[in-house]
Amino acid sequence: MLLNPAIMALLLVSAVVSLMLLLAAGFGLQVVRHWDINSGSERQLNLERRTYLISTLLTWAFASELVSLLLFIYNAESMSGQFVGAMCATGVLNVNEWGWPTLFLKMMIFFSGAAWLALNYLDNQGYDYPLVKLKYVLLLLIVPMVLAEFYVQLRHFLEMDPDVITSCCGALFSADAEGVAAEVSSLQPRSAMFALYGTGVAALGSGVWYGLRRSGGPLFAILSGVSFVMALVAIVSFVSLYIYEHPHHHCPFCILKSGHDYAGYFLYMPLFFATALAFGAGMIAPWKRVPSLTEAVERDAPRLTWVAISLFGLFYLIATWAVLSSNLVMSEVWW
Amino acid sequence: MIDFFRKQKYLIDFTLASLLRRKGKNFGLLFVYTLIVFMLASVMLFTHALRHEAGIILQQSPEIILQRMVAGRHALMPADYLDRIGRLRGVVEKKGRLWGYFYDPAVKANYTMMVDETKGLSTTETIIGAAIARTRGVGIGDWITFRSHDGEAYSFLVTDILDTVSELVSADLVFLSEKAYRVTFGVPDGYFTDLVLSVRNSREVQKIAEKLSLKLPDTRPILREEVLRTYDSIFSWRQGIVFVLLAGAVLAFVIFAWDKASGLSAEEKREIGILKAVGWETGDVLRMKFWEGAIVSLAAFILGYLAAYAHVFYGSASLFEPVLKGWAVLYPDFQLTPFIDGMQVATLFFFTVFPYTVATIIPIWQASITDPDAIMR
Amino acid sequence: MFIELTDIKKAFNQGRPNEFWAIQGVSLKIEPNKVTCLKGASGSGKTTLLSMIGCLSRPTSGRIQLGDRTISGLPERFLTDIRRHTFGFIFQKFNLIQGLTVLENIMLPAYPLAPDHKVLVASARRLLDHFNLSSKADNPVEWLSGGEAQRVAICRALINDPKILIADEPTANLDTKLSREFMGLIDELCKSGKTILITSHDPVVFDSPVVNRVVEMCDGLLVQE
Repeated sequence: MLLNPAIMALLLVSAVVSLMLLLAAGFGLQVVRHWDINSGSERQLNLERRTYLISTLLTWAFASELVSLLLFIYNAESMSGQFVGAMCATGVLNVNEWGWPTLFLKMMIFFSGAAWLALNYLDNQGYDYPLVKLKYVLLLLIVPMVLAEFYVQLRHFLEMDPDVITSCCGALFSADAEGVAAEVSSLQPRSAMFALYGTGVAALGSGVWYGLRRSGGPLFAILSGVSFVMALVAIVSFVSLYIYEHPHHHCPFCILKSGHDYAGYFLYMPLFFATALAFGAGMIAPWKRVPSLTEAVERDAPRLTWVAISLFGLFYLIATWAVLSSNLVMSEVWW
Repeated sequence: MIDFFRKQKYLIDFTLASLLRRKGKNFGLLFVYTLIVFMLASVMLFTHALRHEAGIILQQSPEIILQRMVAGRHALMPADYLDRIGRLRGVVEKKGRLWGYFYDPAVKANYTMMVDETKGLSTTETIIGAAIARTRGVGIGDWITFRSHDGEAYSFLVTDILDTVSELVSADLVFLSEKAYRVTFGVPDGYFTDLVLSVRNSREVQKIAEKLSLKLPDTRPILREEVLRTYDSIFSWRQGIVFVLLAGAVLAFVIFAWDKASGLSAEEKREIGILKAVGWETGDVLRMKFWEGAIVSLAAFILGYLAAYAHVFYGSASLFEPVLKGWAVLYPDFQLTPFIDGMQVATLFFFTVFPYTVATIIPIWQASITDPDAIMR
Repeated sequence: MFIELTDIKKAFNQGRPNEFWAIQGVSLKIEPNKVTCLKGASGSGKTTLLSMIGCLSRPTSGRIQLGDRTISGLPERFLTDIRRHTFGFIFQKFNLIQGLTVLENIMLPAYPLAPDHKVLVASARRLLDHFNLSSKADNPVEWLSGGEAQRVAICRALINDPKILIADEPTANLDTKLSREFMGLIDELCKSGKTILITSHDPVVFDSPVVNRVVEMCDGLLVQE
């Protein structure tokens, strides 16, 4: 399995990203230990120059992670032909116990990366770099995630055994099966819908509140995180069914296919970017009281928030439209 | 926001001008970069198109092929096995097939001879693949002669030539009537080469195959799904092997890129020094260098990919011709169906642009932290 | 905008055997709207001092006050920002970028500030007009004579409309006649409200009536007036 080019590419990326983060973390440790903004010593000047390298490395690392998340799903999709019982990406992720954790880790890295970059961007606007130690300590928390992703993904690909009969979305997301995925699918569409719109209203509301009143930024981030999870649940539970126009096909990946007009991209892209921006806004909002950052926070946090709100809004509109314009009628069954 | 875009525009303008000022160095890099993309993309597009093609052909083949095994070797299938199978739930159709390989000493090539009742051929008629027509120099209405197993020569009237759309597989095909086939190969009546079964529901295939091997223990069922799976993994495996072989080239390219990026000429160093002195910030220089990398990468990627696309789909992958010729003398003159997907592009990106970018990060950073007062010393 | 330096020190190769203190404790106040000349032999530290005043580098210790802002502790990112709004530089070897036209060279310092392109071109052409260089605007800088290159360098220093002009050995590559012409331009700029700071060991510069004050340096210290 390792000789598949897409798999080689994925392993290459996670190995290189791990190295980049280790390098950045090494520099970060030096910064945490020796940083003294008031000193004009050569060591301090060198550390300040290093911060440019770290920012560049991390921007690239997190951008690559995003592309590798896409490639990971594409690859799972394309490998579905090679496993008995796999008809789409779900089946391939299910080939062993490492598939789903890899996917979730990739998503987590993307979101933590976005939040970190937002913090980094903010800190670079304070003339005394007030958050410099904090941000490198936070960076040290991301490193284990990236290393774990490398390990888990490697296990996932190494242990792919074409003889294993895997269960695909039909089996995994069917309401009769057991497990988290099945519970998500068997969730009453009615409750899923309430959860989707309920959390959506809460997130949007807190965002608007922050945008207007400049308070409750972290709350907006948290509610956005919750509504992100609920949005995924709702996609599995009922939105996808309307897109497939099939009352039992719960699958979060098949909607990415051309047969469904790539509807998945229109749902996922606004959702992911909105959530990432919301995390960024929540990350920088609390630093308003640091004198050197006040101005930057006042300018950037609402800006991020408004863009996030618009993207969330777009997501809810598209999801609603997908349900309303579908030929599938469940009005007697569900509602 | 407008400021941001305007600034990027200024940086891009400056970068383009400075790229053009150092044509020699940058075209060298662009050429090598394009070549790398071209090689990888060619391999990728080619194997991918082959796999795609094979998949399309297999889609039309029956779900189960049943072969009789004697002493571990593939043997002729007695016709009464069809009756011994009896009625199996889920099997829509079952029939015997006649086919085989025919060595033609005149052109030193193997043909695949097949019987296809639906073609309605009489005993002296034949339909041949385009490659055979080409090498033997025959057209519709000509006669073509084959030597049978017992040394007799039989001539057949060519009534049709298979179309060239998917020539890769049909190139060496010869269709005969059943009688002509049996005479040519000496296959007695009451025997087939193998049996094929059509199954309506693909989920039942596995079960039916199990029943078949119980009923007819000396046979071996071959499932279409399995063949597809094998094809899939063989093609991506082959592609992978080629990529591993090309990894050396990619590595050499990365070292080359690193070297180009870190070995700045005195002129370039002075230029960065001036920029920093007149008010460019480290980040501005980094961004300028980022645009430089992006422009070179984009140009190389597009050029390399287009060249590979033309090579595979319009030039019939002529650089791979010698490799393909290994398995058939009748080299098919095929046109693959153009086929691009996001995964290929993303994979290619990670094999070319990604290593290039990573290799240049540290050299670029080193260049960008030039002291602003360096040019005053 | 006055500039005040308090006990400025600058070391190179700190902590290594070849450690070297280029500036060893300088305190100085520079008046606005005046021409000040730092005079001294090469190696006296005047260029190092100038680069710290111009936000090109940071002192190892000490305080630099620019108007009401302390700039000595600022990281490079912010120093650059202050520098490009406040200072214009004229270097000894002119330091124009070869291969670019005169106009492009002049606009270069403005790129990171991203002004509107039309406005930028207009103000660059106005400067060229003022210094009698309009006919050369689209020539590559390699075609310029020494005096023209000098004037292009002045235009480039003025493009972001800085309050303070800094010139490092500006007459080193000019003959006496061109040097006098240059001092004439400096006088004109000073009268238009710029603060000007020059380093030089050329008598044409420090003996010129244009210069309001001469500060002499030796071995990283000020020679008391």
